[in-house]
Formats: sequence, C-alpha cells, structure tokens
Amino acid sequence: MSTSRANLLDRLVSEQRRELWARAWKRFRSRPMSVVGLIIIVLVTLSALFAPVIAPYPGHAGKYTDFGSTLESPSVDHPMGTDHVGRDVLSRVLFGYRLSLMLAVVVLGIGVPVGVLLGLVAGYYGGWTETVIMRITDTALALPPLVMALAITSALQPTLWNAMLAVAALWWTWHTRLVQSIVSSERNEEYVQAAKLAGASAPHIMFREILPNCLSPILVKVTLDAGFVILIGAGLSFIGVGVQPPQPGLGTMVSQGTGYLPDSWWFAIFPGLAIFVLVMGFNMLGDGLRDVFDVEVDR
Amino acid sequence: MKYWQYLARRLAGGVVSLIGLSIIIFIVSRILPGNPARMALGAMASEEQVQELTREMGLTQPLWQQYLGYMQGLLTGDLGRSLETKRAVSVDIVEYLPATLELITVSILLTIVIGIPLGVIAAQNKDGWIDHATRLIAFFSVSVPGFFIGILFQLIFGYLLDWFPITGRLSSRFSGEITQYTGFFLLDTLASGDILAHLNVWHHILLPALALSMAGMGQVMRLTRSSMIDVKNQDYVEAERGYGLPDWLVTYKYTLKNAFIPTLTVLGLLYASLLGNAFLIELVFSWPGLARYGITAVINNDFNAVVGVTMTIGVAFVGINFLIDMLLGRVDPRIRLQIEEAT
Repeated sequence: MSTSRANLLDRLVSEQRRELWARAWKRFRSRPMSVVGLIIIVLVTLSALFAPVIAPYPGHAGKYTDFGSTLESPSVDHPMGTDHVGRDVLSRVLFGYRLSLMLAVVVLGIGVPVGVLLGLVAGYYGGWTETVIMRITDTALALPPLVMALAITSALQPTLWNAMLAVAALWWTWHTRLVQSIVSSERNEEYVQAAKLAGASAPHIMFREILPNCLSPILVKVTLDAGFVILIGAGLSFIGVGVQPPQPGLGTMVSQGTGYLPDSWWFAIFPGLAIFVLVMGFNMLGDGLRDVFDVEVDR
Repeated sequence: MKYWQYLARRLAGGVVSLIGLSIIIFIVSRILPGNPARMALGAMASEEQVQELTREMGLTQPLWQQYLGYMQGLLTGDLGRSLETKRAVSVDIVEYLPATLELITVSILLTIVIGIPLGVIAAQNKDGWIDHATRLIAFFSVSVPGFFIGILFQLIFGYLLDWFPITGRLSSRFSGEITQYTGFFLLDTLASGDILAHLNVWHHILLPALALSMAGMGQVMRLTRSSMIDVKNQDYVEAERGYGLPDWLVTYKYTLKNAFIPTLTVLGLLYASLLGNAFLIELVFSWPGLARYGITAVINNDFNAVVGVTMTIGVAFVGINFLIDMLLGRVDPRIRLQIEEAT
C-alpha cells in the first residue's frame, strides 16, 4: 500500500511539474522579445552548423588568398565585402559563428556541471566544506573575468583551446555561488528535513530533491552566460590570445579590420555586428526566461 | 555583529582572496611550457647564459622557496624586471597606472552624469519614449563587445564627424610642456596652470571614456529607474506631495536620495569591473595605460610584468569593493542595522 501511495505522490509531483513548465512555455510565447531572441539563436546555430553548405565561399574560411580582389566593398557577390587578402567576409563570419558557439558550449559544458556540483556540496554540507569552496570561488572572482582569463592564457600558447580552458577554469565559480546560495536556504525547508527523516541518502537529497528547485535559475543564468562567454572569447581573440589567423574568429577579424579603417569599414564592422547580434539574442532570451520563471539572477 | 567587525571580516576576506590570487598567478607562471630564462633570452642565447639567468631568477630553488621569495617581492613592491622594457616592473606600473585610473574615473563620472538623470527621467515618464529608449540602450550596452563600441565611436566621432582625436592622451605639441606631478594629466595640467593643455586632455579622454562607460550605462539607467519607481510609491513621498512640496524637490531631493542606494552598489561594482573592459578600450584607442602594458606583457610572455599588472588590478578590484561596502554602511543605516541584527 505504501508503495502505491508513493507512486501516486510521485505522479502528482511530476504532473504538477509538467503543468508548471506548460505554464512557463505559455508565458514565454507571450513575450515577443524572448521569442525573437530564440529565433536569432536558432538561425545563427543553423547557419553555423551548415556553414560549409550555405557559405558562398566555404574555401575562404582558412588560408585562402586572392590578391586580385582585396578589400572590395559590399556587393552582390560579397554582401559583406572582402578582407585584406581577398576573402569573402560573409563566409568567414559564418565560420566564425562556429568558433563562438563552440566556445560557449565547451566553457558552459565544463563550467556549469562542475559549478553546480560544488555549489550543491557547499550549500548542503555547510561548515568547513562550504568555507573552503566559497573561498576558492571568491579568489577566482578577485579579478575581472577578462583579466583572469588573460592571465591564465599568458602561461599557455595562444590558441582557441587554451582560451576556452582559461575561461572554463574560472566560469564554474559563478554557478557555484548561485547554487550554493539557493541550497543553503533550501536545506532547512521541510521537504528536505522530511527526506532526511525518511532515510534518504545525501546524494539523493541533493540531486533529486534540491536540484530540481535550482533548475530554472541555472537555465536563466546559462542563457545569459552564453552571451557573456562569447563576448569574453571575442575580447581575447581581439587582443590576440584567442583564435589565431587564418582561422576566422569574429574578434580576430575585427582586430585585423581595424587596420583598414575608415576606408574599408566593412572588414571590421560586419564581424563586430555579427558578435553583437548573437549576444543580443542570448540576452533577449535570458531576459525573457528570467521573467517567465520569475527568478533573480545576476549577470 | 558590530559594524566595524563586519568591515574587518570583509577586509580579511579580501586579503584571503588576494593571497589565493597570488598563488594562482604563481602556479600559472610556473606551469609555463619551457624555461622562462630561455624564453627571456631568446633562441640565440648560449647554454651558459641560460643557466646563469636560471640561477639568477631563482628557478633552481624548491617551489615553496620560490613562492616565499615571490611573496616577499610582492609585499615589498619589488616585482622584478620587465623583459620588455628592461626596467623594474614597479616603475612601469607607477608610470602606466595613472592613465588607466584617470580613464576609468572619467568613465564612471560620465556614467553618473548621463545614466542617473536619464534613469530619473525614464521613471518620471514610465512607458514614454525615453523609457523605451533607455531600455534599448541597456540591451545594446550589454550585448556589444567593448572593443566594438570603441571602434564604432572612432569611426563616427573621429573619422566621420572629426569631433575627437582617436588615439593618445595629449596632443604632441603639449607633451613637452607639462610637468608630471601625479601622472594624472587632468590634474597635472591644472597644477601647471595650462588651461589649453587641460582642455586638450579632456578632448582626448572623452571618447575612450564614453566608449568604456557604455557597458555600465544601461545598467545604471535601468536600476535608477526601477528604484525611483519603487520609492515613488512609498507613503512618505505621498505625504510630501500632500504637503504641497513642488514636484522637482520631491523627485530630486527626497526620492532620488533613497533610490540612489542600490545604484551606488552597482556603481562600485562597475568601477572595479571597468578595469577589465579598459583592456579592450586602451588597445583600441592606443591609450598608454596599465591594460595596454599588460597586454604587451601577456603576448611577449613577460612574466614579471604579467604578475605585477594582475596583482595591481587584483588589489584595486578588492580595494574598491571594500570601499563600497564601507560607504554603503555609512549612507544607509538600514544596512548597518541588518548587519548588526544578523547575529
């Protein structure tokens, strides 16, 4: 009998959860800003995935040169013009999106799970564990993220992968802070106490009871973070310690293009706008989600 | 907990963070692939030269001794020599830091004089066009890469309209004339009584400072707006209106004063974070500051300089945040009370 009651309870809980998500989806659709943000992200992701197919000159993504057509202004053939060695800027922007999105996926793919796990542990156990973990996060936050990433990158070879490593190495801290602050207020809630009394194991309470209540703020934060990570990656590439030429990093392209201002403005401006559009998409979506789930998340 | 105890605890936390930072930077500078001495001397150096420099740099000692030596250097301000400039890193930092501090200070001032009034106006005309415009600017400012704003400003206000110079701190015709008392050109030119040079400094600093301020401008506007709206609906404001106080007095004196507190916190965080964005803006505007010095150091594997710049920024970052904590406790008695009640 007790099992059937437990099943019933489980069903009720999962039904309630589903209803919550359904309501959230409805609220989401009623916000044009967040829908536009989502559309931008989907379009950019698709064009990045299919860049080899849809780019007008896929060969221009790499080491190609054509000195007969350098720095041509935008035209039907080259909607965003050509760069200093005659490559099509639009094609390079499409391939550049691949690198930006990959950066966001890798950094958040490493940073979020690690950060969430440490946040759960710190918040749940409290005491010394919490102090040590939170002190480490404070240290990582003792510098602006760009400077921290720059300092870490300085010891490594300047490549895209090392830039990703550097950013990922500090990104988990934000998620640790977020989750820890939620967990430390949740751990005294009745449902956690009840689970403890029922003899549930610590991992069960952390992952099955508390974690579901952290999911919506984490989701909002991940969305806003994606934009921020892309900005930092672009900044590192612009400085010269991220994506290296001839690879088509968006920040790298802007940096190369500044040498040809103001006459060949398209070379720097279009890659810059491309970063802006994508980051804007993530911010619009994140902002919408924040309203939908009604959570407070800092950038 | 008493207020001063709270401050002491914050200060201790900051110091622990800085020690942690020094360890991270130390580890980072020691996992460098290859021998730093070899990198410093270049591929042409002989084996003996490399070995001599290795000893000189203390790289033969055990790691913990190296760390202690390095900490001793940090605390006494002896940061070693820069491989690039061949001068003591501390001398370089003293030379370049004022340019950066001047830039971020003007930048935060611009944020205040532009952002706060616009936020107030947006709150007064909720859902009016200024309100919508500030919302757009806020979105724009967090989505645009800092270096790209700089480039756009150069293109529009420099090349196209020709209103501002796009690089440097001072026109060359003035550079010989002014005595550098502080390294802050705005102060130095005033101290020398050279008004033309002073105006010239403003002319150079406005564009990069404005570009730098954009990232936080939107945030400050929106925050001022929302806290103005919160405060406006409180009873005491209603009462003041009831007494027949003029609108502007209620808005700018009584409402703004309380609405300013959340903004002050954000301004503090912003001021510290400008140190990060300055890296990009200084590069774009060829601003001879600490950030540009740091970038050159990173690209050339100039480790002493990287450590010096990073620790300086860390100290500034932690220091500014601590000052804001202190200031908030003074401005807002409620915060002090909260701290005292928390125990």
